[in-house]
Amino acid sequence: MTMSEAVTYSVDGDGICTLVLDLPGEKMNVLGVTLSNAFEAALRRAMADDAVKGVVITSGKSTFVAGGDLKMLGGGLDVGSMAPAEIAHLFGSLSRLLRWMEIAGKPVACAINGLALGGGLEIALACHYRVVADDPRIMLGLPESQVGLLPGGGGTQRLPRLIGLAASLPLLLQGKNLSPQEALKSGVVHAVVPAEGLIEAAKAWLRAGGDAVQPWDKKGFKVPGGGDTLTPSFRNTFIGLNANTRANTFGNMPGPEKIAACLYEGLQLPMDKALGVESKYFAQLMIDPVARNLIRTMFINKGKAESLAARPAGVAKVAFRRIGIVGAGTMGAGIAFAAAKAGIDVVLIDRDLASAEKGKAYAAKRMARDLEKGRTTQAKIDKVLGHIHPGTDYAELGQTQLVIESVFEDRAVKKDVIVKIAAAVPAGTVIASNTSALPITSLAEYATDQARFIGMHFFSPADRMPLVEIIRGQQSDDTSWATALDFVSAIRKTPITVNDGPGFFTTRFIGAFITASLDMVESGVKPALIENAARMVGMPMGALTISDSIGIDVSYHAGKSQAADRGETDWRFAVIGKLFEAGRYGMKNGRGFFDWDASGDKRLWTGLGALYPLLPHQPSIAEVKDRILYAQLAEGARAFAQGVLVDVIDGDLGATLGVGFPAYLGGPFAAMDTLGLPHVIAQCDRLAALYGELYALPQLVRDMARDGQTFHGENAIRSPGLALAA
Amino acid sequence: MRDVFIYDHVRTPRGRGKPDGGLHEATPVELVRQLLVAIKQRNGLLDDSLDELVLGTVSAAGEQGATLSRIAPILAGFSDRAAGLHINRACASALEAVSILAAKIGYGMTEMAIAGGVESMSRIPMGADGGGPHGIDPRVSNHTPFVMQGVSADLLATLNGYSRADLDAYALASQQRAAQAWREGRFDRAVVPIVDVLGTVLLAHDEHIRPDVTMETLGALKPAFADIGKTMGFDGLALQRYPEVDRIEHVHTAASSSGIVDGAGLVLIGSAQAGTQYGMKPRARIRAFITLGSEPALMLDGPTPACQRALDVAGLVPSDIDLWELNEAFAAVPLRLMDTMNIPHDRMNVNGGAIAMGHPLGATGAMIAGTLVDEMERRDVGLGVVTLCAAGGMGIAMVLERAG
Repeated sequence: MTMSEAVTYSVDGDGICTLVLDLPGEKMNVLGVTLSNAFEAALRRAMADDAVKGVVITSGKSTFVAGGDLKMLGGGLDVGSMAPAEIAHLFGSLSRLLRWMEIAGKPVACAINGLALGGGLEIALACHYRVVADDPRIMLGLPESQVGLLPGGGGTQRLPRLIGLAASLPLLLQGKNLSPQEALKSGVVHAVVPAEGLIEAAKAWLRAGGDAVQPWDKKGFKVPGGGDTLTPSFRNTFIGLNANTRANTFGNMPGPEKIAACLYEGLQLPMDKALGVESKYFAQLMIDPVARNLIRTMFINKGKAESLAARPAGVAKVAFRRIGIVGAGTMGAGIAFAAAKAGIDVVLIDRDLASAEKGKAYAAKRMARDLEKGRTTQAKIDKVLGHIHPGTDYAELGQTQLVIESVFEDRAVKKDVIVKIAAAVPAGTVIASNTSALPITSLAEYATDQARFIGMHFFSPADRMPLVEIIRGQQSDDTSWATALDFVSAIRKTPITVNDGPGFFTTRFIGAFITASLDMVESGVKPALIENAARMVGMPMGALTISDSIGIDVSYHAGKSQAADRGETDWRFAVIGKLFEAGRYGMKNGRGFFDWDASGDKRLWTGLGALYPLLPHQPSIAEVKDRILYAQLAEGARAFAQGVLVDVIDGDLGATLGVGFPAYLGGPFAAMDTLGLPHVIAQCDRLAALYGELYALPQLVRDMARDGQTFHGENAIRSPGLALAA
Repeated sequence: MRDVFIYDHVRTPRGRGKPDGGLHEATPVELVRQLLVAIKQRNGLLDDSLDELVLGTVSAAGEQGATLSRIAPILAGFSDRAAGLHINRACASALEAVSILAAKIGYGMTEMAIAGGVESMSRIPMGADGGGPHGIDPRVSNHTPFVMQGVSADLLATLNGYSRADLDAYALASQQRAAQAWREGRFDRAVVPIVDVLGTVLLAHDEHIRPDVTMETLGALKPAFADIGKTMGFDGLALQRYPEVDRIEHVHTAASSSGIVDGAGLVLIGSAQAGTQYGMKPRARIRAFITLGSEPALMLDGPTPACQRALDVAGLVPSDIDLWELNEAFAAVPLRLMDTMNIPHDRMNVNGGAIAMGHPLGATGAMIAGTLVDEMERRDVGLGVVTLCAAGGMGIAMVLERAG
């Protein structure tokens, strides 16, 4: 027994072998090659060792096992050249080992001392006895569905055989975690004991003659609640599950469908065959690009962004105590709430006290809802509200570490406020503008110190949306950048950083989606087709619904003022202008593209057809989907070629977390890599010929295709934005 | 092909498909046995006269499963010679049974046979056979998403712009027509009262009819499929298949949908030679019969193409047809057929339909074929079409011509 081993092996006087999982050099046990191999070797030794009567599996870390190695699953391993059966075999190794363990004839107890997720819980489920430490912080769960995968170590088979089909669905499909007490109640574990008695409890079960046969290996076993189609609840569960899954995923996410297939097919089979089926479906998910893209963008790259990997090293980390926000409207109120929740004092300034107080009231209202649902306490609410200090006096900004302006999106208004802030704060204080489109470099001119001016683009509702787009103006210095990053980190959001330009990245990116959709309305495509196509592409809502939510009047004024800001006189506001003139302002007055009723129910406005007569021959749904998807891909490619992005990761994260680009595609750049640039070019060229410049690709993309380059991976192109940032 | 004739038909009354329904006490095989006895006796059929019994049953499980049709003729006093066949063409089953036998008789392989169906929905509920793969098996249902029938009906109404008032008005007419037909004794020849083991009548009338409904009472009912459409995702699936639709308008209620009932129906068919041999007068000649598939999510618009092809085969056009019988699965179904085939309402389901009297899935086709034959005789008209939509997206149609 040496300390560097990933699994330590010891046998006590009662013939009980204890295996302690403890991956060297890691904070948590992750099931990569090292731990898996050591675990297998130790298990085989224990089963072969005549002195061993029973086995206890536990962990030497504060967690038990945190799951599989996402880096490996997320593309670290190239499965492209492997046959599907080979992939199934490769990824089925843990499943086979666990099956071998559970029928090897010696009782195995699992002493769950901490977090047991994914493969960790699957190891536990394959043990004949599970005891968990009584610590409410411990979570047991199968989060594979959240990364587009399925539990491939027997999780889809053992869990429902233990607790029934219906009870297992929230864990398998929604990634619901159980506390030790919940796990005991639902039957996932046999016992919950104080942490100090955990190992002893496992050994006591073994000494008392623990049964080495799993319930499902006993004659006459039946899945709790029924496991075949002659059971009405089994049938009905699948009818609802299949329909809801498909209705919500639009067929874009293979993971939930395969989990359902594992359950349906597997529960009607004996365990050995059932596990084989699970491995086969797992292999299908590994071959499909969706899980890879999801894992790379939403976990690996999101984690990288949140760890502030790009943060300039030379600037000391800012520990935020007090910030200022000027403008207590929707955005300012949301940012203030987010900061207050993180324990940061906020000076919330507006023109009059009533407006400033209204901004604070937003936080109160949101938390009142949480209180109603039992998700918070009055004491916690009072504490958060105590951090927000509404006022009108800019002098209050004097003691703040960062001031964010979030006033009306109008250059004159912004200028007035920035000048006032700059006059009120000590030299060196970072001022950030929460503009969604006005170039930061131009706004910086209104500040005394242009180096300490930066863009921080929040998304509405700012307390809930996970992304902040940081825009570095030409003069913004590293201190401004680091301060902005540290603040985003402090309020537990994901930052991306982009170079300056009209609409930066996210605003121009979503603009392409809106423009493509409005173009279609104006050309006579059925609005329902446009809205449904957007949902089917994977957008959270159609562009017409978005327009109604934002407010037609807001879009109208913003479009006009931005056009004026760019010196354009021919701003095209056709359908938005017509709706505005007709007094249809969107959801706010119940009339926009849709007629809205009080409950939020909506029907497309039938009058739209009179403004824009429908085409006699409507395009196919595939064509409408293409127009929506490729408009965004082309816009992303143009932004990249123009140097807006320093790193494509920021583009993928900004599009998915900020403006609703479908996560299953992994972001626009991951999507273009997956589709293949030649295909993207052919599609965009076709669409550009039919529908114009919205689909025009930059030369850079054609060069990349010629040279076999991609946006991500080994042959990734160097971002033009890198030079610009430097 | 030689001519195939309908010689007679019988049906049970339709009992409410619940434990308090009038036929709940009777086993499915007993319903069939009593109908077989009635048809045998009133036509003076010899024990050895029957070649085959083909029965449709949708939920062929338990006592209603296997080949109920094998043992039923023996129970009714026919000889061992009468073979049995169970078929399942969903709601089109019983008319499909007629079609299959028409083909066999027409080809000269069978002389006299009985086709029909039985469905005791109170005893063997829908899905009791396991429900098959569509909708339930994830792999199947992900390839071709399953939309629950009521939502398909609302989709059909939405696509065709049928309003709640349109559907309610149709439902009201169905009720009023069924009530009138019963009052005037138009079903007397077809309906065989079902008795218990002691010979006491269990049920002699359709018990699902609500002759007293009005537009007001119908208008007060809640949409039947709004909740299931939203909570189970079926509305979303319908929109994915028909993305030109803004939203599904949930316009059907329980009263504009067919009722769940118990019942059985039989049709006696044979060659001209069989009629001569047993001294029976043919009542109708089977001119054409077609079954085809339609889009599964919409599911309910199969009757139009089926009728079109059946009429083509018979060399007829819709205006040639004097009477139409279409199963009223949902009110939008007959409205759609009337629209597409240009059928005036006074030629369509003139004695009401399944909205009023109920729809015993596997048996309905035989019942409404019989209703058509009786009404053609009563009105003294020559040509009729009987048609049904069926689950999974199918349509069946048969052209009948008065004989004798």
